[in-house]
Amino acid sequence: MNAAPSALQNQTSVISLGASGLDRGVESSGAPLVRLQWQPVGDGSPEVAWSLAQLVGDACDADCLGSRIDRANAEVLERILTAQPVWVDVAAHAFEVWPDMGRTLLHAGPPIAWNEMCGPMKGAVVGAILYEKWATTQQEAEQLVAAGGIRFAPCHEFGAVGPMTGIISPSMPLFVVLNQTTGNRAYAPMMESGGAKTLRFGAFAPEVIEGLKLIENVLAPCLKAAVAGIDGGLPLKPLISQSLHMGDDVHNRNTAATLLLYRAVTESLLKSSISRDLVRETLRTIGADDMFFLSLSMAACKATMDAAHGVPFSSIVTAMARNGVNVGIRVSGLNGQWFVGPADIPVGLFLPGFSEADANPDIGDSAITETAGLGAFAMAAAPAMVQFVGGTPQDALRYSREMAHVTIGRNPGFTLPMLDFIGAPVGIDIRKVVDENMRPVINTATAHKEPGMGIIGAGVVQAPMKCFVDAVGALATAAAS
Amino acid sequence: MAIQSSIRANLYKDSVSLMRISQVTIARTGVQRVTLLMGTRSNKEFLQQAGLMSPALESAKPGDIMIVVADDAPDKIAAAEREIHSQIAGEEPKGGSTEAAAEAPPRSIAGGVAIADHADLALISVPGPYAAAEALKALRRGLNVLLFSDSVPIEQEVAIKRVAAQKGLLVMGPDCGTAIINGVPLGFANVVRRGAIGLVGASGTGLQEVMCQIHRHGHGISQAIGTGSHDVSSEVGGITMLQGLELLAADAQTKVVAIVSKPPAPDVQQRVIERARAIGKPVVICFLGGEPAASAGNVHRTSSLEETARQAVALAGARQPGSDEQSAEALATKVCGSLTPSQRYLRGLYSGGTFCSEAQTIWRAAGIRARSNAPLAGAERLADVEESRGHMAIDLGSDEFTVGRPHPMIDYGVRIERLLKEAGDPTVACIVLDVVLGYGSHPNPAEILAPAIRRAKAAARAQGRELAVICFVCGTDADPQPYETQKGMLADAGAEIVGSSTSAARASQAIASRMAADDSANGRRAMQGGER
Repeated sequence: MNAAPSALQNQTSVISLGASGLDRGVESSGAPLVRLQWQPVGDGSPEVAWSLAQLVGDACDADCLGSRIDRANAEVLERILTAQPVWVDVAAHAFEVWPDMGRTLLHAGPPIAWNEMCGPMKGAVVGAILYEKWATTQQEAEQLVAAGGIRFAPCHEFGAVGPMTGIISPSMPLFVVLNQTTGNRAYAPMMESGGAKTLRFGAFAPEVIEGLKLIENVLAPCLKAAVAGIDGGLPLKPLISQSLHMGDDVHNRNTAATLLLYRAVTESLLKSSISRDLVRETLRTIGADDMFFLSLSMAACKATMDAAHGVPFSSIVTAMARNGVNVGIRVSGLNGQWFVGPADIPVGLFLPGFSEADANPDIGDSAITETAGLGAFAMAAAPAMVQFVGGTPQDALRYSREMAHVTIGRNPGFTLPMLDFIGAPVGIDIRKVVDENMRPVINTATAHKEPGMGIIGAGVVQAPMKCFVDAVGALATAAAS
Repeated sequence: MAIQSSIRANLYKDSVSLMRISQVTIARTGVQRVTLLMGTRSNKEFLQQAGLMSPALESAKPGDIMIVVADDAPDKIAAAEREIHSQIAGEEPKGGSTEAAAEAPPRSIAGGVAIADHADLALISVPGPYAAAEALKALRRGLNVLLFSDSVPIEQEVAIKRVAAQKGLLVMGPDCGTAIINGVPLGFANVVRRGAIGLVGASGTGLQEVMCQIHRHGHGISQAIGTGSHDVSSEVGGITMLQGLELLAADAQTKVVAIVSKPPAPDVQQRVIERARAIGKPVVICFLGGEPAASAGNVHRTSSLEETARQAVALAGARQPGSDEQSAEALATKVCGSLTPSQRYLRGLYSGGTFCSEAQTIWRAAGIRARSNAPLAGAERLADVEESRGHMAIDLGSDEFTVGRPHPMIDYGVRIERLLKEAGDPTVACIVLDVVLGYGSHPNPAEILAPAIRRAKAAARAQGRELAVICFVCGTDADPQPYETQKGMLADAGAEIVGSSTSAARASQAIASRMAADDSANGRRAMQGGER
């Protein structure tokens, strides 16, 4: 037994947690004292608390599980911070990226079966089938799905991300973002204009299908030419960094980023041999939609976080995604597993005529932005956003401050002016989420629960604790074996 | 009585906060009973036993508050529930402003370490099922731990103590009520002067009593290291006690070491004694309730708290402290003259577990068989703690009295209730009460206890007999509740005040022995046909 005399040699500086009153002697003695506002970890289960404690790092014990996790996380953070996502291409069709996809539809969030999908996602599935001409009516489309004629898979498992329902079908064009540091690519479908009547909100009326065709036939070729005209592609990190300084969070507010994109493609389009009409149509589409940049923002984050995935022992979240029923997370050190929990209804403002009763639970892959340290984590950059939740600009700062408690680092590439240009918090550690009993915050739009009714509001939502608690349990098991 | 149950989901509050809310609610609404408990399994079992469990509470999770309100009047129940909810809401941190966010206290050990001034000790009193996890997190960050919490699984205790030992850190506890580290009082602790005597102890009130007596003898404490009550079991192997010995051996300020503990498991006892022999400083060992053992070399064995304090003070280089208090026999003489022959039994109502053990040890040595809810090894366990029969030594700080209630050192309610009940028993000769001062304890116990003693004595008198009440005060003149004032208030109420737990046990024993002797003498006289 090695009883070092350290216990009696230091000054005695106390951290007190639990019942009040037991530290009164400490207080009276004048010794330094910090009182915690202690809450049981995660879901309040003692078993999880004990598992979690096994995963805490120790500066004096490099071999303990927690220290191994800390080292793996340092590697993950390095990969996140050094990522260089660049918009390099537009794939004219998804099937060119994944030639074997056949009749596969990719969707947002963790895996889900047809009969469990929420209304908007079912509507989007029908719309995609009509768009692909695998059926001609809603009924036929539903029969086709019911008969097992369609394979479903999460976008995330294909290196892709999709907003809201996130449906990607083989004919859809995709933005292609390359992480130049590691060479991996990420994909996202283009934002449809048209407000409520969009596939991403589950609409499948004829004009929605026409809109998709417009993207396929006009927008995609034009933007493919535009990006080809930008030497080396368009680096997204500097663009995002700049837009944070212009009031965006690049999740729920993309006004500045979309303008910066507009500026970047305009000259390139005008230089190209594309007809003036098509150029005008393309610029009109981008210019009419403040959220147009979201697809590129998401793809940039996905290219970053995929590079951070797969580091053994790491407890960092590399995907956080919602399918309208469940929220799922993936963890770098826990390979392909999804950890799911029930999705909440976002808290925020509703458009006139709608209420929480109309809202679908949280949906979309766009929480990849929070996963990569943007969105609500960078809310301090976007004070206008807090109007959705009836807050003050101070609340915007609070979100960014609080999320620093559940992350392992800060991104010096994405600085927050209102917080003295400190980097946005990045790298969600499942251990910290459970230990601090603090769920990651996500900025989001709210979809109507009926297909095709579109956006009915916006606000904030938190990922369910269950995802993180289950992941901690799995990491404890995996790391110990 | 109607009982209304409900759940406030997803809000943890510690038991003290919940009890405060209960008290305020009862005070403000006059409702008969309010029970607020977190939805843990053991709390549900407690409600079950108390007949307060209802189907509405089945779904409560450990992070939910269970609310049970009982009264005859439905409107009182409703008013109480409103009050409870407003109390709960009123305590939540005000959100919204930056300042609140910026200054929000940390929630985790990691958060605390981040803002603390070189934290090196965690004082943990969270519910037992979570406590070892918090301790392990603290150890991993290089903090020593005082684990006040009890009900920590033994395998978790062993696991954290092994990690601590490997890292050269201390885990005091689980179930460790007191310690003084570098002059900083932790948990229930008295204010004592610093000095040359280092203490290690598995019994909280035992440590408190010994350190107070040392202080009153004019000496002081270098360190007081609590080990928690399970440390000296075979499973744990005395890890903390042995570490504590090493620390005190190496501590330059410590000239004399004293160990106060219930008897350790035989293998642990052997290791502790072997280690004590080798540390090169005098060691006083009191394994209270164990077999008497002879002193040898630097190891001095004692069998009472009083003797332990005296021996340590003597070894620290002072002359043997004198005694100015009346002897046990003198007190018995004074008291017994006014008792009636039916009054034969002792009732010790203790808030300190060690005092309960010490009394049983001293009484047993004099042939007095007392029953207890915390019996010595081999003694009879009290089947029903509500029972009052024969000689009894009751530890009111043990689990059956403290689930969902504050400790009797903080809340004298249960003890006073029991005092009055025993006072009505014509077979009771003497009631023994401890009064523990210091941080953590009731801010002014004599103020509560003195009127109760008056009532108890008056009640006995109304039934035509006197009642002896012996009190001792575990405290010092430097405590937040001044020692002499507390003693004076109790003496004014008619209590016999003695200077130590040991004296109280001896004096009460003397009373019981005399009453038994008188009784058998009366019996002999009766058989011999009356007066000669």
